[in-house]
Amino acid sequence: MLRCHKQSKCRIAVRCLTVEVSSGQVVFGVGRRRPVWVSRVQRITNILKIEELHVAVDGKPILKGVNLQIQHGEIHALMGPNGSGKSTLAYALVGHPKYEVTSGSVEIDGTNILELDANERARIGLFLAFQYPVTIPGVKVADFLRHAISNVRNPKRKEGESLIPMREFRKELRARMDELGLEAVFAHRYLNDGFSGGEKKRMEILQLAMLKPKFAILDETDRGLDSDALRVVSEGINQLAGPDMGVLIITHHKRLLEFNKPQFTHVMLAGRVVETGDTELAYELHAHGYSAVRERHPDAAAEEEEQVVASV
Amino acid sequence: MKTTEQEIGVGDYRFGFRDSTDNYTFKSRKGLDEEIVSQISEMKNEPEWMRDFRLDALESFFQKPLPTWGGDLSHMDFQDIYYYMKASEQQETSWDDVPDDIRKTYDRLGIPEAEKKYLVGVKAQYESEVVYGSLQEDLGKQGVIFTDTDSGLREHPDLFREYFGTIIPASDNKFAALNSAVWSGGSFIYVPPDVHIEFPLQAYVRINSENMGQFERTLIIVDEGASVHYVEGCTAPVYTSESLHSAVVEIVVKKGARCRYTTIQNWANNIYNLVTKRAVAYGDSLMEWVDGNLGSRLTMKYPAVYLMEPGARGETLSIAFANTGQHQDVGAKMVHCSPYTFSRIISKSISKGGGRASYRGLVKVNNDAKHCKSNVVCDALILDSQSRSDTYPHIEVAEDDVTMEHEASVSKIAEEQLFYLMSRGMSEAEASLMIVTGFIEPLVKELPMEYAVEMNRLIELQMEGSVG
Repeated sequence: MLRCHKQSKCRIAVRCLTVEVSSGQVVFGVGRRRPVWVSRVQRITNILKIEELHVAVDGKPILKGVNLQIQHGEIHALMGPNGSGKSTLAYALVGHPKYEVTSGSVEIDGTNILELDANERARIGLFLAFQYPVTIPGVKVADFLRHAISNVRNPKRKEGESLIPMREFRKELRARMDELGLEAVFAHRYLNDGFSGGEKKRMEILQLAMLKPKFAILDETDRGLDSDALRVVSEGINQLAGPDMGVLIITHHKRLLEFNKPQFTHVMLAGRVVETGDTELAYELHAHGYSAVRERHPDAAAEEEEQVVASV
Repeated sequence: MKTTEQEIGVGDYRFGFRDSTDNYTFKSRKGLDEEIVSQISEMKNEPEWMRDFRLDALESFFQKPLPTWGGDLSHMDFQDIYYYMKASEQQETSWDDVPDDIRKTYDRLGIPEAEKKYLVGVKAQYESEVVYGSLQEDLGKQGVIFTDTDSGLREHPDLFREYFGTIIPASDNKFAALNSAVWSGGSFIYVPPDVHIEFPLQAYVRINSENMGQFERTLIIVDEGASVHYVEGCTAPVYTSESLHSAVVEIVVKKGARCRYTTIQNWANNIYNLVTKRAVAYGDSLMEWVDGNLGSRLTMKYPAVYLMEPGARGETLSIAFANTGQHQDVGAKMVHCSPYTFSRIISKSISKGGGRASYRGLVKVNNDAKHCKSNVVCDALILDSQSRSDTYPHIEVAEDDVTMEHEASVSKIAEEQLFYLMSRGMSEAEASLMIVTGFIEPLVKELPMEYAVEMNRLIELQMEGSVG
């Protein structure tokens, strides 16, 4: 069965090949057929560029033209009322099959990632810390991480090919776990199985620390954490976010942003980024809510109203 | 003689090669009647009581109807089967003496190598007879008997007759009756009181011919306070017509003894595998069945433990993988005949590519068997929409004061699990395999390391080509 790659529904029915022909040129192909020239890699590197992104879920439009750019070393906060499309943006970026991109583009360093499967996006350096990480019984944290790292660090790896050496892996895992205050037994537990809310979030941050992505999206990583867990997670992110990572923090809360001061704050309303400001905007929204934003953007506010009515 | 590999239909099945049958020492004619049964008994120089036992069993086999439940047996033609085939003159104690082509088969299956590394005793059964046997010397000196069942009858007639056919009478069911009539080979094990056999004893069972019926018969007696772990592995070549494997396994676990019986069966897709396995467990003993069922066209197998005295425990851990064209109708049976007895059943099944996996289980608590505990967990994983899974749990309790737990779950590989793993860089195939491996991990971790590795590898082979 062949499915079109333009649709984000596509998973692995057809494999995309990304072939570096010579420096500065990237070829996309479908399967092993004739490659299609897509674009020249731009000289500007380490940039995640979202342009006019439209996304629908079950045929219903949720994102209606999102524009956003994140560069290495930057921390962006993404805020907005419930239902404004923040999590949809996160899932669409990492390639969840349920989130259908209807138009627009997302590029990392000039590569159109919408053509890629979720695993290929991970391999070029995109990471989402999930709001609700799933449980995978019987799969040990250490085994899972070793496979994940082997793929992300060797993007051309195929299943069944060798994993990164055990000794090296263990040493690194132990170091990262120490930094996050995770006990050694954690590595031998089954992935998220019986984890508390705080443990699940720390598990996400451990993955972030091990995978060292170019761009990390944190989807309400602070949600449901008590203040101790929140501190550990915030400090963890603070250690990891650096000049070699761009971070998009989706949050309702202030604490995470106090530890990880955003240079940019974006506000979403009814599927669009309606405002972009600096750190102060985040604090203002936190203190006063979204009524001022709605007043400044009556059209979007009206649209939001309609959506709420339609969904009731 | 040369080993030929069949090109068509072997597919992913690694053990589908076959040997020529030209040099076989003896091959009965096809079909089943008194003459064939008498001929088998005569060939084996058996005492009269055994011949009579066989002939009675044959009558019982003819009288019993085919089971109407379980899998589809309508294609079975009992007259189109060779009931006895002998491929070599005698059982050898050195691999060098085993006929070349048969030895090569076991080499390809990796048995002599495994024997060097981690086994303390091996029996290799090829068609109807055991062609090779070994047991570490010190175990023999301690009084451990590990021999093929025919030799058991010859060399230990009193011990043999005391137990043979007492746990599974010939008239128990149609296939037990068939086995009782035409049985050949299998293992006979006796572990004397307080002897602990640290490493596994292994039997390797191989069918080579088309339309072959293999009926090995195993009898294990673990005397008071002793322990043993017995492992059997099974394979067969791929043919276009069916072969039948119908074994009977009887086990006695005496006071304070432990027995673990591990099966890793990986039959070709054309084998009907209809096996009766039963153990009786006495006071404070433990009987464990660990059962990995891969391959075969139809497997019907429900290892049983009869818990006879207080403190007896029975456990069954089973995995079934039903792939295209396969039906695994497997489960367990626990019969609490005494108060303070405990049982646990963990059953995991995976169905894929149109395969069908059924759990069929019985937990029975007899009159006066107070304070019993039983815990049953069955989980099914269905990998695609063509595949099927059913659960048939039966619980019969004749006593009030008991604790029964039953949990069953059926799941599909969740899209969300798949996506989670893929978002961490794993391909869909790798992610699916990881989820399936995780699913069976509670069972695999019970296996000795070498078998756990083998089990995971077999599952990996089954999963190949599942994404496309």
